[in-house]
Amino acid sequence: MNFGVVVFPGTWSDCDFHYVIGEVLRQPVRYVWHRETNLEGFDCLVLPGGFSYGDYLRAGAIAGRSPVVAALPDFVNAGGLVLGSCNGFQILCEAGLLPGALMRNECLQYRCQSTNLLVENNETTFTRAMRVGQVLKMPISHGEGKYYADRDTLRRLKDNGQIVFRYCTEDGRLGKEANPNGSLEHIAGVVNEAGTVLGLMPHPERAAESALGGTDGVMIFHSLLGSLVEDGSLSKR
Amino acid sequence: MKARVLVRLKTGILDAQGVTVQRALDGLGFHEVRDVRVGKVLDLDLDAASAGDARRRLEEMCARLLVNQVIEDFTIEMSGDGPLPADGAKGRLTSSVKGDTGSP
Repeated sequence: MNFGVVVFPGTWSDCDFHYVIGEVLRQPVRYVWHRETNLEGFDCLVLPGGFSYGDYLRAGAIAGRSPVVAALPDFVNAGGLVLGSCNGFQILCEAGLLPGALMRNECLQYRCQSTNLLVENNETTFTRAMRVGQVLKMPISHGEGKYYADRDTLRRLKDNGQIVFRYCTEDGRLGKEANPNGSLEHIAGVVNEAGTVLGLMPHPERAAESALGGTDGVMIFHSLLGSLVEDGSLSKR
Repeated sequence: MKARVLVRLKTGILDAQGVTVQRALDGLGFHEVRDVRVGKVLDLDLDAASAGDARRRLEEMCARLLVNQVIEDFTIEMSGDGPLPADGAKGRLTSSVKGDTGSP
């Protein structure tokens, strides 16, 4: 499975993703500069966290209009997968590839901490190695991660099973005390309608080795790899 | 041509920054302040054949980059004949229009 890790000016989790994909998962991976528009040959593109363009105007606003992001709709329509974490999630929302928006944390603090995530939908390419109701531990590190969507959008997200992860307590309960940023209905990650684009505020690449405190983040990659092997698309590419 | 785009969070969306500013004002004795909304000002200098042309282009800029219409509203203020007055001043603003408030 061929991965690309997209790099914008100000991206900071690119090396971590590159390391996890290349060294931990042993999959082919290369960096993709934000001006590149030829995405042929990639199975999955990763938009990492960071502060692309210094978060100027709004977090993810300027990166969301960059050449590589403009090429993503065609890439996705042709069967490509996109994973955006943290700033990558903000960029995908800004670009309209995912519904909703990420706003300033309700507590106004930058939150850098471990979070627990409740798996809500395991029928997506990104979550099929998980169980519904399973609790995963992954860190967050952001100042603008409060997910917002208007009422109609929220209803559509629920009807289509697009809410994939919610912040929860260690034993899987939802509540204000487990929600680090004031996200609407504790939402931590959503997919597009087709389930081929995932955005989440937590950092799976920072939970990929037991020496670094946990490996739950790897389950997203195991889901991806399992999906492609199973449906044969890996061998077709 | 000079233009000013004012961007605000939509009515009904919690402005955590505004709430915090309101509380700070209250702490300073300004108890009369009921609500504060913090927004953004973008001053643009642009070439345009007419004010109408400029406005159409500005609305496109707002839709495509300057404003996230999931959470924000905008207002465009224009002055065809010189610099816009300083914040809060009156008189030379020639027109103003409210941005689309519909759902995305």
